[in-house]
Formats: sequence, C-alpha cells, structure tokens
Amino acid sequence: MRLAEHQYRSVSAIRGPLLFLERVFAARLGELVRIETPDGRSLTGEVLKISAGQVLIQVFGGTQGLDTRHTTVSFSDAVMQAPLGDGVLGRIFDGSFRPLDDLPMFIPEFRMPVIGAPINPVARTHPVEFIETGFSTIDGLNTLVKGQKLPIFTCAGLPAREITDQLLRQARLPDGGPFALVFVALGLTHFEYQFYRQTLEHMQNRFVAFINLADDPVVERLLAPRLALTVAEDLAFRQEMDVLVIITDMTNYCDALREISTAREELPGRRGYPGHMYSDLASLYERAGRIHGRKGSVTLLPTVTMPEDDITHPIPDLTGYITEGQIVLSRELQQKGIYPPVDVLPSLSRLMQHGIGKGQTRKDHRDLANRLYRAYAKGCDLRRLEAVVGRDGMLADDRQLLDFSTRFEADFVHQGKQRRNIDETLDIAQALLDEFREVAR
Amino acid sequence: MNGQVTSISGATVCVDLADLKIGDRVLVGSNRLTGEVVRLDGRIATVQVFEENRGLGIGEAVTSAKGPLTVHLGPGLLGGIFDGLQRPLSLLLEGSGDFIASGQDPFPLDCTRTWTFSSERQAGDQIRVGETFGKVKEGHIDHLLLSPHAGVLEQLYTGKLQLEHPAAMLAGGQPLHGWHSWPVRKARPYRQKLQPAAPLITGQRCLDFLFPLLKGGVAIVPGGFGTGKTVLEQTIAKFADVDVVVYVGCGERGNEMAGLLDEFGELEDPRSKRPLMERTIVVANTSNMPVAARESSIFTAVTMAEYYRDMGLDVLFLADSLSRWAEALREISAALEEMPGEDGYPTYLGSRLSGFIERAGVVKTLSAGQGSLSMILAVSPPGADFAEPVTQACLRVAGALYMLDTQLAHRRHFPAINWTQSFSLYSDTALAHFTERHAEWAKLQAHCRDLLQREDALREVAEVVGMEGLQDGDRLLMRTAEKIRLDFLCQNSFTDDAYTSPESTIEHFAALIDEHDRLAAALDGGALLDDLLKEAADAPR
Repeated sequence: MRLAEHQYRSVSAIRGPLLFLERVFAARLGELVRIETPDGRSLTGEVLKISAGQVLIQVFGGTQGLDTRHTTVSFSDAVMQAPLGDGVLGRIFDGSFRPLDDLPMFIPEFRMPVIGAPINPVARTHPVEFIETGFSTIDGLNTLVKGQKLPIFTCAGLPAREITDQLLRQARLPDGGPFALVFVALGLTHFEYQFYRQTLEHMQNRFVAFINLADDPVVERLLAPRLALTVAEDLAFRQEMDVLVIITDMTNYCDALREISTAREELPGRRGYPGHMYSDLASLYERAGRIHGRKGSVTLLPTVTMPEDDITHPIPDLTGYITEGQIVLSRELQQKGIYPPVDVLPSLSRLMQHGIGKGQTRKDHRDLANRLYRAYAKGCDLRRLEAVVGRDGMLADDRQLLDFSTRFEADFVHQGKQRRNIDETLDIAQALLDEFREVAR
Repeated sequence: MNGQVTSISGATVCVDLADLKIGDRVLVGSNRLTGEVVRLDGRIATVQVFEENRGLGIGEAVTSAKGPLTVHLGPGLLGGIFDGLQRPLSLLLEGSGDFIASGQDPFPLDCTRTWTFSSERQAGDQIRVGETFGKVKEGHIDHLLLSPHAGVLEQLYTGKLQLEHPAAMLAGGQPLHGWHSWPVRKARPYRQKLQPAAPLITGQRCLDFLFPLLKGGVAIVPGGFGTGKTVLEQTIAKFADVDVVVYVGCGERGNEMAGLLDEFGELEDPRSKRPLMERTIVVANTSNMPVAARESSIFTAVTMAEYYRDMGLDVLFLADSLSRWAEALREISAALEEMPGEDGYPTYLGSRLSGFIERAGVVKTLSAGQGSLSMILAVSPPGADFAEPVTQACLRVAGALYMLDTQLAHRRHFPAINWTQSFSLYSDTALAHFTERHAEWAKLQAHCRDLLQREDALREVAEVVGMEGLQDGDRLLMRTAEKIRLDFLCQNSFTDDAYTSPESTIEHFAALIDEHDRLAAALDGGALLDDLLKEAADAPR
C-alpha cells in the first residue's frame, strides 16, 4: 500500500492504444491508472509491462488528443475492478461500465477484480441441468446445460442476429428458477444496436447489457466481456441465479486482440493472431461453470462469425478446442429458406449425455435424438449419390431416406420465429420417426 | 539472501538476486509466488512465474528456495488430484475457496496419515541409491520405499509409520523417510532399458485388434476438436490393464476434469474391484490456469509416473493434450523474445518433446525389478491439419499413431480412428502374443484391412453406378465391411460396450468373417444375395 498517489508527466511515446511512461518509481502489473488529457478528459488505463523505470500502459478509450508533454498519469495502487450489486440488473453499459441508458450510475455494494481467478477443478460440479432455448435443433439434438459453454458458429450474412435476439427473449429454465441474461455486444453497428435495444426494453430486470459499438475504442472490446463475466459470476455465485451470458461477436474480440498485440510488437501467430490467443480465450470461456454447494451457474453462448466460412480459421478453431461443442449455421439451409439454418451434422453438445432423459427432459429423448441424427446423416450421404445416379437408380429404402432428410429439414429444423418447448420438439421428432419407421430405426 | 523484482512482463519477471542457478526455484514478491529461473545475465535472472502475478510490483522482495523445482514422492499420491506444481487441489480449496488464489504452497503428501511399514531388510544391510528398504500397502499395491541415499542400514522403524517421522536410519545418522523429493525436469534413473514385449490391453477393439500398443510403448492421438480425443483417453484410463494410471489434463476444459473426477470416484477398477481413483493420479491444469504451470504439469506428472514404475509396476501416462503444452512452451519462448521456429514454436520444441517422450519404456529398475511406463498422448492440431509442428515432432518418436478423423466423428463413428492412416510399429511384437490367444489373429487382422480397403475402392464405383449396379459379390463385401465398421470398429464408451477383452474381440471378428464366408459360398453356388439376406433377416435370432 502506497501512502501518496503517484502522478507522472513523463510520457515518452504513444503508439496506437499504448502509452510509454518513463522514470516511474513504483508500479504494479495490471495496476489501474487514470490519464488526464491536455483538453481535460479523463481516461483509464492498465499497466501491461514494467521494465527499468519504463511502464507500458494500455489505454481504454481513444488516444486521440494525448500528447507527451501535458498528459498526466496517476497510479491507483489497485488492479482494475468491476462495481457490483443489485443495481446492475436491467441496465445497459458501455465497454467501460458507463451507463448507456441515460440513467445515473448505480451505487456499487462492492467491487471485484475483472480478471477472475480460475475455478478450482475440484470445486466444479459436472453440468447436468437442462436449459430450454426454444430451438428444436438445440434443445432436441444439441442440448444446452447449465454451466456449459456452447458457441454458435455462423457465416457473414446468416441470421445469427435474429437467433441471438430470440435466445434473449426465449431462453428459460424448465423449472422457472431465478434466471438472468448477460448480453455482451462487441463491435456492434448502430443499426444492430437499435435492433437489440428494442428486445432489451422488453426484458425488464432480467438482464445486464454491455454494448461496445463498432466505432467505440477497440481496447474496450477486451474489457467488456471481462466486466460482464465478473458481473455474471457475482449474480451466479453470490446471488444464486442461473446466468446465461451471450457474447456477440467473438470474431471482433479476437481482431481487437490482434490489433493490440501488433501494437505491442508481439510475435504474430497463425493469420497474425497472437500465440497466446488460446489462453486468452480460455480465460473468458472457462469462467462458465457450476460450483459444488452453490446454487447458481454461469452458462456461455458466444457467437463466432467464421471468416470466409472457414471452420478451421484460428478463431472458430481455438474456440472449438475450448468450448463443449458448437452449433453450426449453414448457408445451404439458409438458401433453402430454413430458419434457424442449423446444420445438425457438424453441431455437437458434448455435455448433452447427462442433461437429457428421465428427470431432465423426457425418457425417450436420447433414443429419438440418436435415431433422427442417424437417419439424417445417412440421407445427406445419399444426396451425393442421387446427384450422380439420379433418384431412379437408387434402392427403395434409400429413396425413403432422401425424403426423410427433406422432411426433417422442413418440419424439425425449420420453425420460423415460433418458440417450441421441449415436449413440442420431441413430439415432432416422434411423429417424423413414426412416419419413416421403416428406414429411421 | 534477498533480491528484488526489476522488471515485469506478464509472467516473465526479471529479478536482481545473486547466486542463482538455471532451474532454481525462487519465491517472488510479497505473495511468495513460485517461479523458476530460466535465464541468467550477470546478477539479473529471468524468472518464469507459475502463478497469476497481477498486482506484483517493482522492488518487491525475491528469495531463493536454494534448489530446483521438485516433486514430492511417497505413499499417498494415488487418488490424488494435483495442479501443475503438484499442489493438491483439495488443499488449495481449503486455502482459498472455490477460486484458486496465488501464493499457496501446501505440502503434497499427507504427513499425518498412518501407514503400516514392513521390511525384509535388516540392520547392517548395505543399501544403494534407488534400492528398496521396505514397503507400505497403498490401496491394492505394494508401495516400495526407495532410498535416495546409499549407506549401511542402522535401524528400521517397522510398524506404524507417519511420513513426518523417519522410517529408517543409515549409519552416520542419515534418516530415511517414507518420502523424498526429486527434481521435476530430471528423468529418474534405472539400471537398463529393455525392449517392450508385452501388449497393453486397452479394451478398445479397434486398437487391440488393428493397432496394438505395448507396455512401455508410446502412442499419439491427434485429432481436431470434436473427434473424441478426451473420451478415448478417459476410456482407456478406465480399462487399461496396468497397475497405475497418471492422467494429465494439460490446458483443457475444467468441466471435463470435473466429469472425470466425478466418474472416477464412483467407478470400480474392473481388475482389483476397488474404486478406480485408487489406482489413478490426476494432474489438472486447466486452460485458464497459469500457462507456465501448464508447461511444467507434464513433467510433474511424468516424474510421479516414473516413481511408481521404479517399484516394478506397469504405469500408463495419459496426457490431454500435448499441443497445449507446446503452446505454453511457445508463449514462454515468445515472452523471452527467443528466435521463433516453425509456426512460432521455439526451435527446441522437437528436442524437448523427444526428451520427454523418451522417459517412457520398460526398464530394469535400480531395485532390480522390472517396470514399464507407457504413454498415450493426445495432440490437438490447429484446423485438424496434421502437417503442423507438434504432430510431426511427436511422430518422429512415437511408436503408434491413432489418428482421429473429423469425417468419421461427424458420422458419429466413435472412436473415430482412421484405419487407413493410423499405424502401430508394435504390431509384430504384439501379434506374437495375440497369436497365442487365437491362432488366426494375424490372418484375421490382414483380412480386416483388406476388406476395408476394398470397400473404399468399391464405394467409389458405387457412387458412379449406384448400389443397384454392383454385382452380388461386391454388394456382399460392402455389407460385411459396413458391419465391421458399425458393429466392430465402433464402440460406445458410455455403455457396457466400452471394454472388450481380446478374447471377445477376436471371437466377434471371427464371427463376422464366418458369416461373410458362408454367404460368399452360397453366392458361388448360384444363390441371389437379396434372397440370402431376406432369409437371414427372417431367421429367428
């Protein structure tokens, strides 16, 4: 603990969002600093690196208007913390926790560091409880459970926004316990913001939103999800709520990470993304979970837009290695007019096994899901054959499987804007399998 | 002697402290964070800190632990769950609650637990380094106490033993405890390395039948995400016919570790009928735990594995995943501003990796027994592209490759082991053993490969002319191959099917071939395939 506040006017260089400060007497890694610009603005920053009297600071907010002569930096002797308390519910903030909804800032009950400590693996309990999203393809075939992290892999031009919006409106617990949504938008356009804003207005006190707009400072894109997850952990593990965190879009997050990394002159990895991106993403995704003896949970649904529709691009690739499955949207289904265009074949929920069946969803769930998946996979394989030899050259059973696949897409995958509960989803599955009982065993 | 922190860049910290050696453990800052010296430059030492060091300030005190990073070896490791620095996670839980705080350093072994110590040695016996001076019963195994010192036994305190008290005394007053410490990065010595000879039964039909592993052998399991690496590793951890399993979750998911711990706590070891956890050591350094500790975790784990090998036991080491270890190495190397090699990995990746993998093998131990250490290592190639440096570096030293295929996984064919690209260099040796169990093993194995290969070729034809256009003989072959794939090679890890003994494996396969041969003979006799299949379907089972 330092007795006096340290102030410096020894800025030697400013490079992108980074600021270099000379002859610093004492500084801590990750220490929060306040920066006064010559024109009287106040910004915050964080200490990234300290060497021989020189300190490297990452500035949250734009560095426009900063100079090397008049800019003042004061050290706070504390790491960055998020304000927490009941007042956070129902509010919209920007990427630095400033209110965006024209209401005054709430009065924090206490503060916690935004860089969360890792959950002790032996304190975790295995996720098993079902969360109903209202989408048949997710609830029926790729079931989401409390404490899971399940990303949505989308491509430019696919209706990820509509799906996210519906998730915000529709997601709920089957037993209706205390439930909150934390919505994090990174690099959102104003057009999209207006769209989501209408949804948020209808949600009353069930949500907290952190909005970083496309023209907001890039560094805040790295901060916003950490603030949001700190809030989510507090809601879950102190206030005992089940919290669903929706982050859109992680591609913007990773691009911001690359931008800062380049400014720091770090060695670029695949496609210019930094080599520590896996660990960085894990520090966000791994904050999802459940803890022994505590009621709440943090569940994570990040959206990832795959650049060039490429699932092997570093962003979806590293995400897939950390998360427990993925929901993949398909351009082909979108062109067939199917909504939501979820391609169930590459989609997967790794934690589904324990979250379905008697006591969770319905006794016949597992069997129905397996049969649907098997028959549809076979049908899709046969489509290639059909393209070569034509329908007439195929065995009767194979022709039936082709019909099944078409009907599966039209009846089960396609549901328009309608919400389906788990019973409705499984009833549709049952009806479809009954109709094709000869081939869909 | 005290020094101080001079610069901080992430987990890489420079300290001003004299008389340090490379590899020395130091305690950094007022929280006494554990670090390891990785570079020396005059008085300034570069230290890799193993714990979250946010909040660490310039000028904070640094002390030397006067020795390298070590693990503590003794009875009570089995059933333990540790982090990458061998700190028991249950003690961290007591220390800092559900979230791990930095700066804790609990002793990994339980010093208050009472063991029954017995010995066949007597006062006056000459003891060499690494020799047994007694044993305790740890679960189902005889835990041999190995002497870290040489000398003449003066006294043995048999009977009730607690680790804080000496178990024996050497002439000259050197006490022998039930435990000793060993440097993490130094392979434990042995008398002689032997050729692996005995098969390691995994209970996976595809592996035991087509790509067998030997005790003391090394297999790597590369696969993109969603191809089932973790499930395969965990299934093998449950059923493999070894005495001790060391499982390292290196930079992987926390929920997966929770699942494993829950499950292993409940399941029973099919061989000893005792809880599975009693033969297992888990090292869990999940992806959000500090990167440097992830790098050290596989060394911590393999040293514990070697310790049990030195008691003459068969030990299986499973790591999930080695790529995360390599990435940790890359992050550390980048922070040290070393010249990067391929894909940004340091150029010493290959040598570091082979040094690690060579710690596997069958050995004649210093106490004259024979023990084995086998490894099954998962690799997570970026974009499922196997040309990347980690997979390639592993391939140079591994004896078996179990390649997991994204296409098979999408079809829910699990385990998604690609049968054309996987291989086992241990096959010939293993076959010598398996042929004793079933004389036809080698012939059937060749037959299986042949059928699967011909199916591939036929499928291409079928895609052009349709199944209708194939001859009956070819259609029969397609049908048999499909049965082999779906009934035999696919194996459900979540049901009773998860384990198959080699006897049942070979019977199962022989039955499939018998049926094929019978139908083929009938076709030769002029019968039509559709009639034969209809007959088979109508026949009562």
